[in-house]
Amino acid sequence: MLYFIEQCLNGAQLGMLLFLLAAGLTLVFGIMDLVNLAHGSLYMLGAYFAATFAVLTGSFVLAVILAVAASLIAGMVLEVVAIRRLYERGHLDQVLGTFGLLLFFNELVRLVWGPAGMTLVLPHQMLAAVQIMPGVYYPVYRLVIILVALAVAALLYFVVMRTRLGMLIRAGASNREMIGALGINIKLLYTLVFGLGAALAGFAGVMQAPILTVQIGMGENILILAFVVIIIGGIGSIRGAFVAAIVVGLIDTLGRAFLPDMLHHILSTNAAATLGPALSSMSIYILMAAILVFRPEGLFPAAGR
Amino acid sequence: MTASAHPSLDARPESLLAPRTVLTGALLAVLALLPLYAMLSGNSFALTLFTRVLILAIGAVSLNLIMGYGGMVSFGHAAYLGIGGYAVGILAKEGVGSGLVQWPVAIAVSALYALVVGALSLRTRGVYFIMITLAFAQMIYYVAIGLDRYGGDDGLTIYRRSQFGGVIDLNNKTLFYYLCFALLLASIYLVARIVNSRFGLVIQGARSNDRRMRAIGFPTFRYKLVCFVIAGALCGLAGALLANQTNFISPALMHWTRSGDLIVMAVLGGLGSLFGPLIGAVAFLLLEEGLSRVTEYPDLILGPILLLVAIYVHGGIDGLLAGRRNG
Amino acid sequence: MAETLLQIEGLTKRFGGVVPADAISLDIAPGEVHAIIGPNGAGKTTLIGLLSGELAPQQGRIRFDGEDITRLPVYRRSQLGLARSFQITSLFRGFTALDNVALAVQAHRGHSFRFWRDARGEDELRKPALAALTRVGLAERAGMRIERLSHGELRQLEIAMALSAQPRLLLLDEPMAGLGPEESAQMVLMLRQLKGSTTILLIEHDMEAVFALADRLTVLVYGRIIASGDPETIRADAGVRQAYLGEKDGAGQGGRHG
Repeated sequence: MLYFIEQCLNGAQLGMLLFLLAAGLTLVFGIMDLVNLAHGSLYMLGAYFAATFAVLTGSFVLAVILAVAASLIAGMVLEVVAIRRLYERGHLDQVLGTFGLLLFFNELVRLVWGPAGMTLVLPHQMLAAVQIMPGVYYPVYRLVIILVALAVAALLYFVVMRTRLGMLIRAGASNREMIGALGINIKLLYTLVFGLGAALAGFAGVMQAPILTVQIGMGENILILAFVVIIIGGIGSIRGAFVAAIVVGLIDTLGRAFLPDMLHHILSTNAAATLGPALSSMSIYILMAAILVFRPEGLFPAAGR
Repeated sequence: MTASAHPSLDARPESLLAPRTVLTGALLAVLALLPLYAMLSGNSFALTLFTRVLILAIGAVSLNLIMGYGGMVSFGHAAYLGIGGYAVGILAKEGVGSGLVQWPVAIAVSALYALVVGALSLRTRGVYFIMITLAFAQMIYYVAIGLDRYGGDDGLTIYRRSQFGGVIDLNNKTLFYYLCFALLLASIYLVARIVNSRFGLVIQGARSNDRRMRAIGFPTFRYKLVCFVIAGALCGLAGALLANQTNFISPALMHWTRSGDLIVMAVLGGLGSLFGPLIGAVAFLLLEEGLSRVTEYPDLILGPILLLVAIYVHGGIDGLLAGRRNG
Repeated sequence: MAETLLQIEGLTKRFGGVVPADAISLDIAPGEVHAIIGPNGAGKTTLIGLLSGELAPQQGRIRFDGEDITRLPVYRRSQLGLARSFQITSLFRGFTALDNVALAVQAHRGHSFRFWRDARGEDELRKPALAALTRVGLAERAGMRIERLSHGELRQLEIAMALSAQPRLLLLDEPMAGLGPEESAQMVLMLRQLKGSTTILLIEHDMEAVFALADRLTVLVYGRIIASGDPETIRADAGVRQAYLGEKDGAGQGGRHG
């Protein structure tokens, strides 16, 4: 039971992380109609920035702030230099172009930081475990991630629903031509939105860095999960991304934790040993397939799409 | 217009002296004579490299069928390379060494997977479709990693290449090369016939205007699904060949970045053209090989090249040769 | 032949708060040319969508030659003989005019799971396609890619596409859209030749064309039918003049809302 709660929390934590990634991705797609395979690269860069700033400044918190800022800037620069030229091209060319960027960034990181990867060490306070329920201990840091990500989600919600920028974002997600007609500086809006997406991705990378190692290609696997989240949640929808991210995070984590054991009860040891890991990693894809059968446009499709 | 713009829809031969035909012909001649060169110069690496080019070109040809002619951008095509390869590997490990069993199984399982993925994915379009095919490919990647019995993450060595009862010995590199070459030419011919047939016109029409196709009476979904299955099956064959060539199969072959490579080959060569995939495979693999000899960080150059192609190139290399007539 | 070819009963479609089709009931007799007119936003496009199968109604039924087609998908209705032309030209770019029409012919000539034979060499497909093109006056353009055709020629091609399937019912969505006076006159002449042999449901703004072609008119306003009958009666109806034809007298090209 305790294990179950712990796994649920882990699932929530993964979900929060996926949300941060998916939110950026879905914003960029919803507004600029751009598929960005290099989004995982921004996640990776965020982690590397944080590890580097931590070494340079000695402060974890400062490193986080600087890394997010650096991600924001990197995103905006990338948008101006490369990304904006892809808006008018079809999705296939965007896939091709951002794929090239992905390869480029992996190699760039290898050049600048070396192939070995880095670690980001947590301050002492975060290393402890705290008792959240009688008998249930959970690492402070993971709790911090959940809470901070929730705060970011709330902030994002506020920005999107209550501010002028957010209004433009929502309008853009459902009707791109309109915002152009309204005389808004589209170029600037796009740069900002892309930067925001990059900052979110970078932040996710920073948060995840102490838990996994910071290494080349770390963005790729999690990017696919983010794609699955968007498909399930509905492209262009932040709310959809949130709900889907939690669901995906929980199912993936709980699946990996419990499915192999459950299979052992049903199948022979050999079969369970073979199928267990395979099936548990498949669980979210099965979920995705199910959603596709019943609701191909996702759970909360952005209106007008 | 974009690099993925309207392909040359009339796959009939044009004037024999057109630059495109001459260059394609020259390329084919070079490929046909390559083993001779390898034998004379002792450069067997060239033979290995170009065998790989030919095999991946088959994969690119199959992708071009659905992507170039059908407009279905599948980012999960490397899955079929893997499935085909694992079919050979698993059967070999379990004692079934005959190519006459392995290869049909490779094709059949690939076709089956394509059927399932296609049935689910083709209900969506555009970006959804791209992401979904990507996700399904990654799923099978993880399945392969989970197959401990067959090497898991480390991969599976295939000690004996597919046996064909003494009729053809795949260990003979030159013979194997010509087999792949023949299969490549056969695939291209097959695609040529398909795209100009009734079926092919439906596929192309659906690419051009799916709504109108349904309005005039075509249930486009089933045609696209069949096309998707054909492409998957053909790529499964390429996978079987690849496993034979490397005597090894691993999940890495199915990683989604490998699907990206296939897309690059197809686009670089020119979508919707018959020989484009071959040209693209040659260009991409030579570029990869060349860059890795020149620098320790080849992707620093390759990446931006892909970006530039995506931004500026109309119709790939084939389009350039054809004078950009569809640009 | 049945007395009614198309029976529309209580067809209703709601989009959120908007009701572009409100209990529409209408009968189309075989061989007639029936025009649907009404101001913009009246729900004419929605009606075509419902009839062709792109939209599903919340309520109501559509019967085609006695058969209930309400739940049938678009392609099935087409196979049953219900052809449609589009208001905004929707053809196959990258193909020639002949290719375009041949595809429409192909949809009704046997199945298309044939993978080997060159379809462009099939007389069974090319001959009827050329015949349809000739009927609309586009025979000389047969071999040209449609990107090179003029707007008027594209509108003609739209009709040829719909005709080539030898439909029992032709749904024409603003065939005159974007045509100049000369081209419109030609289109009217061409459509007149179809009268009697093909049943036509015509959506149009061009009043001259409507009065020249229609056997009966139905006026649609805010999703509801406010009048239906022969042209003279409709023309004289005060309610219709109020709602649609405006202060101007009788027929004018496009009225206020063209």
